[in-house]
Amino acid sequence: MSMPRSLSTVFMAILRRDLLLAFRRRHDLANPLVFFVIAVSLFPLGVSPEKSFLAEAGAGIVWVAALLATLLSLDGLFRSDFEDGSLEQLVLSPSPLYVIVLAKILVHWLVTGLPLILLSPVLGLMMYLSSDQIVLLALTLLLGTPVLSLVGAIGAALTVGLRVGGVLISLLVLPLYIPVLIFGAGTVNAAASGLSVAGYLALLGAFFMLALVLAPLATAAALRISMTNS
Amino acid sequence: MSFNSVAEFFAMGGHGLYVWLCYGVTLLALVLSFVLPGMRRRQLIREQAQRLRREEAGL
Amino acid sequence: MKVWFYRLGSPKWFYEISERWLPWLAWSSLLLIAVGTVWGLLFAPADYQQGNSFRIMYIHVPAAFLAQSCYMMMAVAAVISLVWKMKLCDLVIVAAAPLGAAFTFLALFTGAVWGKPTWGTWWVWDARLTAMLILLFLYFGVIALQHAIQDKVASARATAVLILVGVVNIPIIKYSVDWWNTLHQPASFKLTEKPAMPAEMWLPLLVMVLGFYCFFAAVLFMRTRNEILDRERRTQWVRELVKKVSSR
Repeated sequence: MSMPRSLSTVFMAILRRDLLLAFRRRHDLANPLVFFVIAVSLFPLGVSPEKSFLAEAGAGIVWVAALLATLLSLDGLFRSDFEDGSLEQLVLSPSPLYVIVLAKILVHWLVTGLPLILLSPVLGLMMYLSSDQIVLLALTLLLGTPVLSLVGAIGAALTVGLRVGGVLISLLVLPLYIPVLIFGAGTVNAAASGLSVAGYLALLGAFFMLALVLAPLATAAALRISMTNS
Repeated sequence: MSFNSVAEFFAMGGHGLYVWLCYGVTLLALVLSFVLPGMRRRQLIREQAQRLRREEAGL
Repeated sequence: MKVWFYRLGSPKWFYEISERWLPWLAWSSLLLIAVGTVWGLLFAPADYQQGNSFRIMYIHVPAAFLAQSCYMMMAVAAVISLVWKMKLCDLVIVAAAPLGAAFTFLALFTGAVWGKPTWGTWWVWDARLTAMLILLFLYFGVIALQHAIQDKVASARATAVLILVGVVNIPIIKYSVDWWNTLHQPASFKLTEKPAMPAEMWLPLLVMVLGFYCFFAAVLFMRTRNEILDRERRTQWVRELVKKVSSR
């Protein structure tokens, strides 16, 4: 019988493994990012490139695009492990599934959310946002994208065994994303109107904490359900 | 010459930051474009030579 | 004639020919770009309206030309690859795509930086820049598709189809973006609608454009040669070449 592993060993092992796997397919990692940029660019083309419109709508546009880009990347969160059977092993292992899931979500955020945050200033510039707004936008994304990864993982876990992953995840997860969107984009818009942003940021932080504690539990449960069903 | 002194040249009439930023980034891009294929070529040859040696040793 | 055409498609032939051309291209590009840069930065007169920031043009215009020429070249290669199944064209496409994307990015970046002192903003959604941005998206799509398909033959075929669809779309995109631009442009950010330039201004530009083309050809040759070494590694001539080179 193998020795009982400490939580941090399990966490780091999964972290390292998933990062390595992601690195091997690094060209695929760029896809959600490119989608992010294209999606943002669609709004000036489809609505109006006027500064008056873009400066007002810009924060919301970037947030919506970040949301959609994250959604696209969720399908791959558990799928490759499911297909080669390692997901089943992970669910059956004696190590707590909570920790394993948390490590996977962290990797997902590192390769999806973090690049979005880093790219957001450029997009903010293209939306004619002021430098204060750009900083705020990046900050809200910093607080918000982990929530997107955490909550999104629940949707990915619920649908991992199914044939029709993609759009179904969006339907499940988008309603849950709405509060994050409202307060994320709302922060930047509030700052533009001269209101205080401390409350908004505190609420985003609270969402993060809540998701951090509860989402992996739900994800683990969902994984167990998916594994018994498939 | 369009400039009367070296200082003027670097200042570019107040647009120095923009001009030198562009030329600098371009220089970097050109140098990288040139150097990276050279490195990849060496790596390819090295790996292939190793593979060949392994194959011949295995015979 | 037919023999010549098919010989053109042999990777080995290209490898040998490119070996001889490469030094010429590399040195020419160095010389032309050096001369053009010095001429454009030091000797060309400052623009009446824009001052010295117009000197960015000496990079922006060649980069933009190359961004578009590269895609056109890829389109020609795609046609040849699909119709005559010439493997060399597949390799050239793989080699060219990231290079074209890099030049497109350079054109966008220099255009944006040029815009700041000229119109006070880093970015503006005008027809030229937006069309170039869409071109960058087309490049990204090609690169993403190439990497997504594992089988080389299928990947080459799919990429070729995508490039051709893109090339047919480019005039449509240009027309649409121009039309969109006229709707939204009371403030005219006319990027390169400048009055005719005196010779002292466009001669260095010509030199830079030529230099950039030579540079592009040199790097393209290097990258294609690498692809040949990689894909043709099982052939006799590559094995012997590798042995010879690595024993030096």
